[in-house]
Amino acid sequence: MVIGVLALQGAFIEHKKMIESLGISCIEVRQAKDLEKIDGIILPGGESTVQGLLLKKHNIFEPLQKKIMEGLPVFATCAGLILLANEIEGDSSHYLGTLPVKIKRNAYGRQLGSFTTYQPFEDCSDFPLIFIRAPYISSISKDIDVLVENKGNPVAVRYKNQVAMAFHPELSENNKLHQYFIEKVVAQTLSPIV
Amino acid sequence: MEKSRYELNKGLAQMLKGGVIMDVTTPEQARIAEKAGACAVMALERIPADIRAAGGVSRMSDPKMIKEIQNAVSIPVMAKCRIGHFVEAQILEAIEIDYIDESEVLTPADDVYHIDKRNFKVPFVCGAKDLGEALRRINEGAAMIRTKGEPGTGDIIQAVRHMRKINADIRRIHGMSEDELFEVAKELQVPYDLVAYVHKNGKLPVVNFAAGGVATPADAALMMQLGAEGVFVGSGIFKSGDPFKRASAIVSAVTNYTDAKLIAQLSENLGEAMVGINSDEIEIIMERRGQ
Repeated sequence: MVIGVLALQGAFIEHKKMIESLGISCIEVRQAKDLEKIDGIILPGGESTVQGLLLKKHNIFEPLQKKIMEGLPVFATCAGLILLANEIEGDSSHYLGTLPVKIKRNAYGRQLGSFTTYQPFEDCSDFPLIFIRAPYISSISKDIDVLVENKGNPVAVRYKNQVAMAFHPELSENNKLHQYFIEKVVAQTLSPIV
Repeated sequence: MEKSRYELNKGLAQMLKGGVIMDVTTPEQARIAEKAGACAVMALERIPADIRAAGGVSRMSDPKMIKEIQNAVSIPVMAKCRIGHFVEAQILEAIEIDYIDESEVLTPADDVYHIDKRNFKVPFVCGAKDLGEALRRINEGAAMIRTKGEPGTGDIIQAVRHMRKINADIRRIHGMSEDELFEVAKELQVPYDLVAYVHKNGKLPVVNFAAGGVATPADAALMMQLGAEGVFVGSGIFKSGDPFKRASAIVSAVTNYTDAKLIAQLSENLGEAMVGINSDEIEIIMERRGQ
């Protein structure tokens, strides 16, 4: 199993370390041809405007979109969530648009509005949620699973092969969400249990 | 400042990695920068080249102008305050700036003390020309470091010198035996814990960008290959012939900093670069401000 992390801009090294801590190899994706080598992809935090622009400029946008639609497992954090969302408040366009959620950019305000909190995820009662100039998931389609909630709002969701969250698990010491992605999404895609 | 706030502030700098932070003086320039792929903008009244040309005292920008830039873009907005001028910093915090640059580009307000940045919730970036300076700023609460370079010149030599010096110092400490670290802490005038962090991890505890004198895609890629985690471009963009084109090219060069073929393409037909000033021929040496 090989995981790719989109390495155009942002905190991609942190994800690479998380995946490697699970004993899985991880490569940096900078060109469309890198997509052929991987079994799952991480869209890291960073600035969505920059990443969206570079995806198009370096001709990765369409092949990546196609791969995700065909079932390539994807794990997206913060800016990555914005790239996947099919609706962005106050913006007539979207990026990859493969995830049926509506999001709001910088919904908690500027850097002074950034915060850390803890909520349950699976058997972990205090999973760390680090929100940095984070987007907000304002609505989701009915067939989406909510993995983590904060104050009643979805902050981590799963839709088929796509796992996306508004916070930064890669900045914490806890790799449980990455592990979930590897075990429940990537491994299942590679050898489906019938 | 509580620990989790400092972690969040360091985290924001991590999100900027692999990106280009551009100096802008108007909302229009901010929009151009964002469209060209800037990961953040630095709002200031005059870019360093003009500050140099105008002479006199250079201060924090008009908050109204900063707010207009904040309203123009969705990316983070930074602004500069004078070294030691903690009231300018309080004002910038009050208007919810995303990052404060306590900058030697402005005229220093205090020739002894830097701002006690631990008293603020908003993050700070500070310039450094060697490891001791970087760690002193971090000890004061800086959540991000950049090289000082020599701003407003378009001359990359100082940024190269500072990046090489910081990384050489880091490598030296990383290779030392533990009982030698106490002496290093004394030599660099920094707390032992920070020296121990560098020894253990072989890197600074915060993100380190290049700044000061970057004018071309090749300059930006040079700094990345020398170990910068991202790049500030000040006068280099809006003092050039075709700002949008140059800005886009620098953004792509930072992402693909080892791809010489691509950088060759990016460097074609960029129009006039900013008029450079040789940093040996100038009177005001900004890198000497703050130690």
